[in-house]
Amino acid sequence: MTTHVTRAMVRIGFGEGWVPVCVPGRVEPGRAVAVLLPDGSQAAVFRIRGGALHAIGNVDPFTGAGVLAHGLTGSLDGRPYVASPLLKQRFDLASGRCLDDDAVAVPVYPVVEE
Amino acid sequence: MAAHLTAQRTIVLVGHGMVGQRFLEALADRGVTARDRVVVFCEEPRPAYDRVHLTSYFSEGTTPEELSVVEDGFMERHGIELRVGDPAVAVDRNARTVTARSGLTVRYDTLVLATGSYPFVPPVPGKDAEGCFVYRTIEDLLAIEAYAKRPTTVTGAVVGGGLLGLEAAGALKGLGLATHVVEFAPRLMPVQVDDGGGEALRRTVEGLGVSVHTAVGTQRIGTGPDGRVNSMALSDGSALATDLVVFSAGVRARDDLARSCGLPVGERGGVVVDERCRTADEAVYAIGECAQAADGRVYGLVAPGYEMAETAARTIAGDAGSFTGADLSTKLKLLGVDVASFGDAHGAAAGCLDVLYSDSRSGVYRKLVMGADGTLLGGILVGDAESYGILRPLTGSVPPVAAEHLVLPAGAGAPVLLGPGALPDEAVICSCHNVTKGVIRGAVTEHACGTVPEVKKCTKAATGCGSCEKVVGQLVTAELEANGVTVDKGLCRCFAHTRAELYEIVLALRIGSYRELLDGHGRETARGGEGCEICKPAVASVLASLAPAIGASVHVLDGEQAAIQDTNDRFLANMQKNGSYSIVPRIPGGEITPEKLIVIGEVARDFGLYTKITGGQRIDLFGARIEQLPLIWTRLVDAGFESGHAYGKALRTVKSCVGETWCRFGVQDSVRMAIGLELRYRGLRAPHKLKSAVSGCARECAEAQSKDFGVIATASGWNLYVGGNGGATPRHADLLAQDLSDAELVRLIDRFLMFYVRTADRLERTSVWLGRIEGGLDHVREVVVHDSLGICDSLEALMAAHVAHYRDEWADTVNDPERLRRFVSFVNAPDTPDPTVRFVPERGQIRPEPATAPAAVPVALSETVTV
Ligand code: SRM
Ligand SMILES: Cc1cc2nc3c(=O)[nH]c(=O)nc-3n(C[C@H](O)[C@H](O)[C@H](O)COP(=O)(O)OP(=O)(O)OC[C@H]3O[C@@H](n4cnc5c(N)ncnc54)[C@H](O)[C@@H]3O)c2cc1C
Ligand code: SF4
Ligand code: FES
Repeated sequence: MTTHVTRAMVRIGFGEGWVPVCVPGRVEPGRAVAVLLPDGSQAAVFRIRGGALHAIGNVDPFTGAGVLAHGLTGSLDGRPYVASPLLKQRFDLASGRCLDDDAVAVPVYPVVEE
Repeated sequence: MAAHLTAQRTIVLVGHGMVGQRFLEALADRGVTARDRVVVFCEEPRPAYDRVHLTSYFSEGTTPEELSVVEDGFMERHGIELRVGDPAVAVDRNARTVTARSGLTVRYDTLVLATGSYPFVPPVPGKDAEGCFVYRTIEDLLAIEAYAKRPTTVTGAVVGGGLLGLEAAGALKGLGLATHVVEFAPRLMPVQVDDGGGEALRRTVEGLGVSVHTAVGTQRIGTGPDGRVNSMALSDGSALATDLVVFSAGVRARDDLARSCGLPVGERGGVVVDERCRTADEAVYAIGECAQAADGRVYGLVAPGYEMAETAARTIAGDAGSFTGADLSTKLKLLGVDVASFGDAHGAAAGCLDVLYSDSRSGVYRKLVMGADGTLLGGILVGDAESYGILRPLTGSVPPVAAEHLVLPAGAGAPVLLGPGALPDEAVICSCHNVTKGVIRGAVTEHACGTVPEVKKCTKAATGCGSCEKVVGQLVTAELEANGVTVDKGLCRCFAHTRAELYEIVLALRIGSYRELLDGHGRETARGGEGCEICKPAVASVLASLAPAIGASVHVLDGEQAAIQDTNDRFLANMQKNGSYSIVPRIPGGEITPEKLIVIGEVARDFGLYTKITGGQRIDLFGARIEQLPLIWTRLVDAGFESGHAYGKALRTVKSCVGETWCRFGVQDSVRMAIGLELRYRGLRAPHKLKSAVSGCARECAEAQSKDFGVIATASGWNLYVGGNGGATPRHADLLAQDLSDAELVRLIDRFLMFYVRTADRLERTSVWLGRIEGGLDHVREVVVHDSLGICDSLEALMAAHVAHYRDEWADTVNDPERLRRFVSFVNAPDTPDPTVRFVPERGQIRPEPATAPAAVPVALSETVTV
């Protein structure tokens, strides 16, 4: 039996590289963490029930506040979304599309756990 | 222009009461107002209002404005000239003119008298003394209220034990006076009920603390040296000490104007009219209580008045219409006691038989009058008038079940419960507006009304006295179901259950987790999914309310519970528009020491927080960043502060007035009680937020009647009010129980709150809940005061568990590194504050920087964001 000493990390794809976020245990199912990106922008990394991770922009386009990581998650037709805590618009976690306003979307980022 | 004017008729209406207004509406409906000039003389200082619900000013706190029956802009829209506060003083039938007190004289083509009645005051000596009142107008009520609030007014007596007398007695009782009713006849409500019904009524009324004196007359009103009422001499030689007298000995038609212009009036008053409501003069009509109808009667009820208004308007518009008489059915809630009588209530028809059920223990009395052929002729219901809505429309027909089953209480061998389904389409369901069952069904099927409010709007049913509302509701549901519409009562996409059902499931099966509940009891399509933002906080609230009872963790940030809390609960603070948070420490009862005030000031200064006194008698500190919350709370907890739960659907504040300890009027220590209640219920999570207040006397400086549960001190204890609400749809609270001791008060609040927590829907304040649940306040009183469901022990046990397990969430959080880890803006940069949280200075403090780049998205008022 071999023991791995490298600690697993959640990483978010940004530009050409991957930005380390945190150890996997800090992103709990049904919740998210906010991440500061190298250019000063921010992302929210979610873990859904089954364990999969999603990363979208953290700033709520309707209010300009960095709050999406604090919203409640849900699923619609099997697709996970987050509802903004401020004015409650929902954003698809996989596509970043706002489910309540076709004209609005937030960025999506690749995210890995390794 | 001139030609047009001559073609136009002038219609003058004298008297703007309920019937007068109805007449104007009927004219407008027929297009008459668009053509003719309409002038209205209104004696009272305000336009027509709902006299039938006058007492709700006392019992429900309805404001004079809310009593108005005139839709906003009605007069302007129809070009009606309404002269408020300007009574007509003379009519010249030869010149066809009406002259008003202001001196204005108007020439009429058609004159309509709708002058109503005046209260009859028996000519007893002393009747004009200071402290004597009548009960007819809003001004009368205001005067009674002001006089009752004088510190020397402690007792009130009502002369007259009829319908209005008992209403007046209820009002005096509600004003906190020891109350007497003096009735000349041998029983209460002699016109509506018989001896048996009167006896049941008497027992119940006495049980409510009103002293009843029947078969005695009032002989003299005694006065003190200051000229104010102090006693009443009765015909049996006894005397009553009383500080206030209300005369309610019947009404007389106001036919003075008609008399003075020579129109015939009836023997006992009332302008004589024919079946088209015309007086002896073709140009003059009389409608409502001032008229003696074609059947020789003067009706003292509003429904016949409305029919007369319609009849007169039709005739004036050139349509056919007639009024030949109406029945005297009434259903009332007097002092909380149901009383109804309908049809031939006293069994005047030849050969009729009585079917009677009487239970003096519960104060229930039901009598039906049946014709020899089995026809239902009429009846009297006291104490429980549930079946009135069905029985009245059945009058005149042979009921589909035997009469004894109609009087027996449900469950007592009555095999068939008669529902509105048994009624024919022609049955009049709403007698105030003459709406039949067929019309109500049509509203649902043809006009696509899907809810009771829609049907009310469409048909006017249930918008008068309200006694038919329940049956209307049943008909609407039945009709919807017959049309195959199923109303999904489920909480959301994930659960087909209501919140109350989920509560029972969690309690019975001791389910401690959202996932378990979703996977085991959610809709098939939702099982195994993420759930949604609607059911998560609702379930979180249920779990938090029941945690002590089912052995789950009590801290809302533990385990899976943390992920289903609403955003505010996640950080135990209120998120503000720019992503910063506010902090509200608990200040029980609004009482705070200078030391604690200084601590709040120091914390606010050191962290640069915007500081404001809230509407809830405490202090809110705004503008904290997530990572500052634990630092701020460490200092607050050290100084002895606890979470104020401003973020939770939980107990908010129990406001207090300064009360007996300082205030010259106070009769109890309201601050002590408010602090006690706030400490007892702090942390209690509920379907919606809970607010309370305690006032030290009836002046009500703490506004307890606008709270979910409000307490007002009386000389002998506490009165408990429930179901009040401020906010967008304010509602005055209802009196649940009176003169309670400290222990009785607390026990009743325990039960009330737990019953609410158990049965309310998601985000349903107590006010809405009380209005929605079947049986309303009476049902709640039955359950929590009389323990009709036998659940009070368990309700009390649930509250005891809550009290025993309460812990301050913030103290537990600042002492737990695991929980604290979440309080960072960025997981990968714990020391970096969120750059989107920006402030600008204003009036010496901070405020969020006004939004720039993404334009503010307009939010419609209806979609109020709940946090
Ligand atoms: C801070 C305060 C205003 C103030 O500066 O005075 C306030 C602030 C808010 N109120 Fe309030 N209400 C405040 C007293 C009141 C009062 C007055 C009272 O409690 O005596 C009322 C009317 C009384 C009542 O509730 O019946 C009141 C009726 C509402 C309502 C309407 C509730 C309703 O049933 O219609 C809402 C919306 C809701 O809850 O859905 C609301 C919601 C809110 C929210 C949560 C709105 C939001 O979504 O952000 C505000 C958050 C406060 C925060 O972030 O800290 N607030 N709000 C008051 C805090 C009192 C406290 O010490 O806890
Ligand atoms: C407390 C209370 C409870 C009641 N409960 C019920 C109930 O449950 N069910 C029911 O059916 N009925 C009830 N009634 C009776 C009901 O209110 C009346 O039947 C109804 O108001 C009659 O309407 P009206 O327009 O004919 O008369 P009113 O409402 O009395 O209106 C007449 C108006 O004419 C005005 N007026 C009089 N003379 C002049 C003049 N010369 N110039 C200008 N204006 C004048 C008066 O000031 C008054 O405003 C109740 C009445 C009271 C007081
Ligand atoms: S309500 Fe309280 S403060 Fe107001 S008058 Fe009464 S005791 Fe005094
Ligand atoms: S019977 Fe009075 S409102 Fe319907």
